[in-house]
Amino acid sequence: MKTSIFLGTVAAATLMAGAGMADTLADVKARGELNCGVNTGLVGFAAPDANGNWTGFDVDFCKAVAAAVLGDATKVKYVPTTGQTRFTALSSGEVDLLARNSTWTFSRDTDLKLDFIGVNYYDGQGFMVRKDLGVTSAKELDGATVCIQTGTTTELNLADYFKANNMAYQPVNIDSNAEGEQQYMAGACDAYTTDASGLAATRAAFADPENHIILPEIISKEPLGPAVRHGDNNWGDIVRWTLYALIAAEEYGVTSANIGELTTSSQNPEVQRLLGVTDDLGAMIGLDKEWAKRAIMARGNYGEIFAANIGEQTPIGLARGLNAQWTQGGLMYAMPFR
Amino acid sequence: MSDTHAQTVPFVRDTMLPPAEPPIKEAGAMRWLRENLFSGPVNTILTILGILIVWFLVSHFWDWFAHSVWNAASLSECRQIIAETWGEGARGACWAVIRERWNQYVYGFYPPALYWRPTMAFGLLFVALAPVLFSEAPGIRRIVLGLTTVLTLWLMVALGAPAAWLVFAAIVLVGALAISERHVSWLLVFSVLYPLMGVWFLWGGSAWGPIMVLVGPVLGWIAWRVMHPLSGMVAVIAALVIPVLWWVGYAGEAARDAESIVSFAIPAVASDRFGGFLLSITIGISGIALSLPLGIVLALARRSDMFLVKSLAVIFIEFIRGVPLIALLFVASLLLNYFLPPGTNFDIILRVIIMVTLFAAAYMAEVIRGGLAALPKGQYEAADALGLDYWKAQRLIVLPQALKISIPGIVSTFIGMFKDTTLVTFVGLYDPLKSMSDAVRASTSWKGIYWEPYIFVGFIFFLICFAMSRYSMYLERRLARDHR
Repeated sequence: MKTSIFLGTVAAATLMAGAGMADTLADVKARGELNCGVNTGLVGFAAPDANGNWTGFDVDFCKAVAAAVLGDATKVKYVPTTGQTRFTALSSGEVDLLARNSTWTFSRDTDLKLDFIGVNYYDGQGFMVRKDLGVTSAKELDGATVCIQTGTTTELNLADYFKANNMAYQPVNIDSNAEGEQQYMAGACDAYTTDASGLAATRAAFADPENHIILPEIISKEPLGPAVRHGDNNWGDIVRWTLYALIAAEEYGVTSANIGELTTSSQNPEVQRLLGVTDDLGAMIGLDKEWAKRAIMARGNYGEIFAANIGEQTPIGLARGLNAQWTQGGLMYAMPFR
Repeated sequence: MSDTHAQTVPFVRDTMLPPAEPPIKEAGAMRWLRENLFSGPVNTILTILGILIVWFLVSHFWDWFAHSVWNAASLSECRQIIAETWGEGARGACWAVIRERWNQYVYGFYPPALYWRPTMAFGLLFVALAPVLFSEAPGIRRIVLGLTTVLTLWLMVALGAPAAWLVFAAIVLVGALAISERHVSWLLVFSVLYPLMGVWFLWGGSAWGPIMVLVGPVLGWIAWRVMHPLSGMVAVIAALVIPVLWWVGYAGEAARDAESIVSFAIPAVASDRFGGFLLSITIGISGIALSLPLGIVLALARRSDMFLVKSLAVIFIEFIRGVPLIALLFVASLLLNYFLPPGTNFDIILRVIIMVTLFAAAYMAEVIRGGLAALPKGQYEAADALGLDYWKAQRLIVLPQALKISIPGIVSTFIGMFKDTTLVTFVGLYDPLKSMSDAVRASTSWKGIYWEPYIFVGFIFFLICFAMSRYSMYLERRLARDHR
């Protein structure tokens, strides 16, 4: 009896806590700082440099949201989260927004009470092998030892894939990417599997990248996207449309370089609405007219952010692939600004 | 009369044989080798195996150590230098990563312009510790304080500390050196004040916060003086309750008011800027300093005759010892957020320190209980026979002996706890071993580096833990009472 009263009180307190946090926009404005949950360190996506300044693909999205909401891309507090703490940090209110290369899955979206607001990077799981192994397709990996990070979706995908193709494998469990590289280099496993973006970054860091190949098969869908809490739809809208603004800006050729000029000169009505020249779209989500313009000016449009952090000019050297605009054969498709 | 007399002995030697060299097998290094390494077939085999293992390790890793690169901007540059200097295919250690990122391993993301503050706090820590650790060894104390003074001031100058703070540090350090020569116990005042001072140096902000915290005990003392003539019990309760009331209710506002009248603040540094050894040492020292008294109280409580006190102590100790530290850290970082009212900002480092302290205290209590149990019953009875009350008996007779017996266990717990501080990586804090190394590897220049950061961090941990271990041996020798 007493236990149930106690649990009831706890549940009620939790609910009230949840209700009290419902207006995230007001909280962020009052605080004057956006709490953004990021990876503790993932090449190209989020990493602190020697002076403790954060850079990366996910970090730039945090900056864009901060610029849209607070008018200053530097007003972000980066909260490093681990694979274990990331979703709890979001649902407990420690962060307002989680931009931490997290895969959008059914159970995370529903059971964990998160709202994935879109996809900012379409990833998929691949394999890397030594060239002298003579393997050219993942279908030939029957009986191989595979280095696999435990507790991730990749572990489950691997089991599914080998089962579906009626092949056997020997898993070598690893804890982190660095350890996986070490095991793979030491020859503890024939193949190393993780997200294709991670494989590319890993291969680029090898002393002899030419001796390793990434197999063409992508065995899973890993749509990585920023997430917010259930229950604050306006805040979700702000984050979602900030992402769309960045994607749309690339589609319409709005870059951080020409944005000032386009604000006055562009005749495209969609661009005019996006940049707040004609309609006041910002008022509908509780922001001012120029929110999207500031978001784009923070670190550039989607294509610029991609190129600066993980694109082909960087050491990671990822091709756009699925992450190209829909007009270029990719999946990046912003909903209309109307 | 005997038949034997001097004349019947055919030969009597009247000079000593000249001393001969001992056989080569029985002298010098040869003898040592024979006695210690080759004294029998088993020992000989073990020795040869040992030599082979050492040879195996050295032959495998020597070239890696020998080919060390200290100056490079990225791992690929390191590899290029190694290939140019020692030929294609050579491998080598790339210590350049430590050279470039040492500041993050030491200070985390602490603002570089303020690096002198943790450095000064660390230096003053030794002033606070000296009268406690080296109360009866003037020679060692002089060396420790002298070295601390020179190193701290030198580092502060190198890190660009403002002149005013340099003068402050110099006065405290040199003053401590001078005072310790005559009246060591005076330095204990500094030791008591140091925790507040250290917190203020590390986190910054208004000095009025720590000052107002200090007002609490003063108010408690005043209350005790006023109430004491009325009733001893009431006086004790008032002395305990009034400081707590002050801290909870008024200290914060009073500090804000004082700050608005006379501003006395240094730049504040948020907890998320802490990392590396700064974080480990902050958590470690706080945990050590807090868990020892808490552990003593728990150990005494567990041996108490009072049912309630004893049960609570047993429940606490057994619960904490039965739960992994990581579980407690997750509770600190995640679960508390749900229960605290929204918007409360309960500092994450403080939460971790509390959990680490509770964890270490439970182990400490059992170690000290071992010491208490090892004391002969006669000691307790002697204390009773002298008419000492419970606290006097514990303070003067039981605890000094029990703690002396427990020193190795206590220091083991300290060392274990200090190493356990690296577990904060799981709650998103930047411990030096894993989180900081992963963060360094997440930059494109250093991706792929593996052993160097681990070796560097492991080496520093070894230095600190070895120092603690040596100190405990010194303390055991100094306190030895049984063979004098």
